[in-house]
Amino acid sequence: MTGNGIARKDYALIGQWIAPGSRVLDLGCGDGELLRELMNTRQVTGYGVEIDDASILACVQKGVNVIQGDLEQGLSGFEDNAFDYVILSRTLQTMRHTEGILKEMLRVGRQGIVTFPNFGYWKNRVQVWQGRMPRSADMPYQWYDTPNIHLCTVRDFEDLCAQHDLEILERAVLTHGRPVTLLPNLLGSLAVFRFEHRR
Amino acid sequence: MTHHEPTHRWIVAPQTARFTEPLVLQSGAVLNGYELVYETYGQLNASRSNAVLICHALSGNHHVAGYHGEQEKKPGWWDNMIGPGKPIDTERFFVIGLNNLGGCHGSTGPSSINPDTGKPFGADFPLVTVEDWVTAQARLAEHLGVERFAAVVGGSLGGMQALQWSIQYPDWLDHCLVIAAAPKLTAQNIAFNDVARQAILTDPDFNGGQYYGGPGPRRGLRLARMLGHITYLSDDVMGSKFGRALKSGSYQFGYEVEFEIESYLRYQGDKFAESFDANTYLLMTKALDYFDPAQDMGGGLAEALRPAQADFLVVAFTTDWRFAPERSREIVEALLHNKRNVSYAEITHGHGHDAFLMVDPYYHGVVRAYMEKIKP
Repeated sequence: MTGNGIARKDYALIGQWIAPGSRVLDLGCGDGELLRELMNTRQVTGYGVEIDDASILACVQKGVNVIQGDLEQGLSGFEDNAFDYVILSRTLQTMRHTEGILKEMLRVGRQGIVTFPNFGYWKNRVQVWQGRMPRSADMPYQWYDTPNIHLCTVRDFEDLCAQHDLEILERAVLTHGRPVTLLPNLLGSLAVFRFEHRR
Repeated sequence: MTHHEPTHRWIVAPQTARFTEPLVLQSGAVLNGYELVYETYGQLNASRSNAVLICHALSGNHHVAGYHGEQEKKPGWWDNMIGPGKPIDTERFFVIGLNNLGGCHGSTGPSSINPDTGKPFGADFPLVTVEDWVTAQARLAEHLGVERFAAVVGGSLGGMQALQWSIQYPDWLDHCLVIAAAPKLTAQNIAFNDVARQAILTDPDFNGGQYYGGPGPRRGLRLARMLGHITYLSDDVMGSKFGRALKSGSYQFGYEVEFEIESYLRYQGDKFAESFDANTYLLMTKALDYFDPAQDMGGGLAEALRPAQADFLVVAFTTDWRFAPERSREIVEALLHNKRNVSYAEITHGHGHDAFLMVDPYYHGVVRAYMEKIKP
């Protein structure tokens, strides 16, 4: 997602949500862009987790701490409550163990932040209506080569949070990088949630 | 290509540092004086902030990079990693390689003359530990006017030394590169080491370690190396490199070399037995076995690494079963516990433990990128 202007908007949003000086774990951190930005603008300390060699290399080039590993194996290398925030940016929908990773996020961190493409976005609905799997800026793949195996809508995610007793602290839904407040599940392309265990 | 560029060999020369201040070893034994042979590459900058220490593994030495002369067949053992423009770039860093205490390539060791007896130490040379090596390396640093290392780097047993540096002299290093290492040996590893030692110790020519001037325990050392070599390679690479290939194409129904793998191992064993000292091999394997900073600190590894101040790069190789990625991840987890800056790369590589000495674009890319971020 390097250089993706739209991606940077959700990065900026996440940056606003994160208290300066926090400890952050970024799961599926890609090239480390978000962590680098959070280090620069919010003075966070943190680590990325990545499986891809080229992404690890990009992180090291940026001076971002990165641990090579497979999120599907859980976060066993990380201790309970080691982080203020655990971020899962545009990765939730690619995971096999969706519930497992949410649980792990709130084991190693106080709060979780996830971003995912909203399958309920009207342009996606239109494409499905037309008999096609949807493609968009936030879901740029063909059905046969997509890493996205657990796509969901804003409402679906909120239901999952309720089922698992997760309290949504903040929600933003973006289209072309701009916040959408009216009918977000219909008009929003990318969802960003911050949540924690209900106390 | 219409013409060949002349090959410019990078010629380096070893030097020797003499230390007269007694060194009290972890075992309680004292070395009253000793010498360390070392090589340096690149220039120490004016602020003396660009020094990098390379710690060697079991069979390594001070000759890390470059050639000793026009005649030398092979360059130093980590020449693919260290040199001008290489991942550890000697145009930016002042790199130091040394032969550890107890070695057999010039530093004081079992084959050196014991001043008390006028004869080689032999088996009387005290056992040295990773901690002792690090202490001696720190003295060499002082000798060279280096008060702080931009990085301490090591693979395998060398990685253990790098890790020990971060614990023993936390203020002396900014970065620590721990490659294909482990926070301690497993029982299986110690078992391999003991079989190797038994091969040497039971060789009739071992003579209680006082074999200098005689043939020496070459058969034992050869067997030890053959065994070690098996453990440094993966099953896959042995399979793909040698498989069941026969030297003569058919079974000879005898005990001479038949399979290519036998030929290879015997060659490696012979070559090693000619150039290495069995007493040093014994001592180095013991240093490996003893290394366990967690136990020394009376707690877990996280507790042991609490003093560490450096930033870390930890690297492991997927098919390394002698120092498996799980062992490296233990180091990473202990560093995470202590909130140290750490990156961990797990290199997909078919060659097993020895992969750390090989060229791999991703592996070298990560080390290069990490070193480039260091601003001495």
